[in-house]
Amino acid sequence: MVLCVRLRQVVAFAGRYPLLAGVDLDVAEGEVVVLRGANGAGKTSLLRAVAGLLPISSGEASVLGLDPVRDARALRRRVGLLGHRNGLYEDLSALDNVRFAARAAGAPKAAAGPALERLGLTGRLADLAVGRLSAGQRRRVALAMLAARQPELWLLDEPHAGLDASHRHLLDQLLREAAAGGATVVLASHEAAVSTALAGRTLAVAGGTVVGGLLADELGPPTDHQVGPPAGQVGAVSREGVGPAPLAQAGFHVA
Amino acid sequence: MWRDALVVAGKDLRIERRSWVGLNQVLPYALTVLLLFGFAFDQDRSLLAQAAPGLYWLAVVFAGLPAVQRSFAVEAADGAADGLRMSGLEPAGIFLGKAAAVALQLLVAQAVLAGGVAVLFHSRLAGPGLLVASALVSTAGVAGAGVAYGALLVGLRARETLLPLLLAPVLAPVVLAATQAWRSALGLSAGPGGGWRWFGLLACFTVVYLAGGVLSFGALMEET
Repeated sequence: MVLCVRLRQVVAFAGRYPLLAGVDLDVAEGEVVVLRGANGAGKTSLLRAVAGLLPISSGEASVLGLDPVRDARALRRRVGLLGHRNGLYEDLSALDNVRFAARAAGAPKAAAGPALERLGLTGRLADLAVGRLSAGQRRRVALAMLAARQPELWLLDEPHAGLDASHRHLLDQLLREAAAGGATVVLASHEAAVSTALAGRTLAVAGGTVVGGLLADELGPPTDHQVGPPAGQVGAVSREGVGPAPLAQAGFHVA
Repeated sequence: MWRDALVVAGKDLRIERRSWVGLNQVLPYALTVLLLFGFAFDQDRSLLAQAAPGLYWLAVVFAGLPAVQRSFAVEAADGAADGLRMSGLEPAGIFLGKAAAVALQLLVAQAVLAGGVAVLFHSRLAGPGLLVASALVSTAGVAGAGVAYGALLVGLRARETLLPLLLAPVLAPVVLAATQAWRSALGLSAGPGGGWRWFGLLACFTVVYLAGGVLSFGALMEET
């Protein structure tokens, strides 16, 4: 099994605030992994660390064979990240946004049209300024940017948010196709249905670390307060996010 | 790096072409500043003609501020800055592309301003080569320093007020050298030789600003 993502005891901070508290994670090439956890559990931070956007303070990390800290720029060219925000230029049309993403990544400009078509954004919609599109349509433009880039690793943070049922289904198809083509997909989602529909594996995230690999139907519906990892594996998890307890478990001392 | 610069400049100029937000703010603002200078010195025509180069370059610097702010405002909206970091583009290319787009907008504003100076301040042209060369080089300097400082401040809440505060002292040598070069080009000081010496100083500062931006932009993007 060739690993696309390999993290060992990865720790990351925002200032003095701990975001990741000793994460161990293996994701094989071509795998689809869903991260589930409550708000503030560390899902977004984990995706950003894998993308090379969040500096790793300690631990070992290898993504696509590269160090996300030292080789961040080389890595980012091969990774596509869709965060909570879409990363679109509001004054540009959907077509211009996707063309820019494709050209920046070194993909042919002509990849933009088919990518938009794949996400159902054709005709007038493709030429409208993105600022005039609905939330769901903007999400689809952002997904079309990834589709045009064809990254080796797709990192998606709540990608289904704002999409209607038919486009959720379309997104699932797109991700399955990407995985079938050899790409690796890691996505964070609150929704149990997403895990069931998509994931080869579902991982529970809590307290800034991966607390276990579970099947989607074993997790149950998540709440703001707690995800359902096995009792005793998780430290204090609150609305405020990661407290010092998980860090202490990871062998770090917080002053 | 050059390919990346073209991609970024093309994107920024396309945004401007579709929205006209930058030039719609920059041009009226710069012309208003020029008019206010004209009213302030209206009693003394000869003083106005003498001060025309300095007033022109102050108006250009003032016009550069909203252009730089707009250049980074489009990146701050909807998390586009993260998208730019994830794009894999060379930071040096991003810096040069953004600086080129700002410079082009400033050149358009300058063309209009130069007409205003000629009409309002009764300036006469004595050295067109020096005038055009110093305009191009100082515009590159203003845009380069502006984009580097814009990137430095992009994550701060008070960036709109901090930008002029930090940028004005940095641009002082450019304003001084460009003013002196233009004084020579407009026949307000003795001989064009002195003007070209000021042009040399202007070119030195511009090279320093652009080189500093190229070298530091990656770190600035990561910090913000």
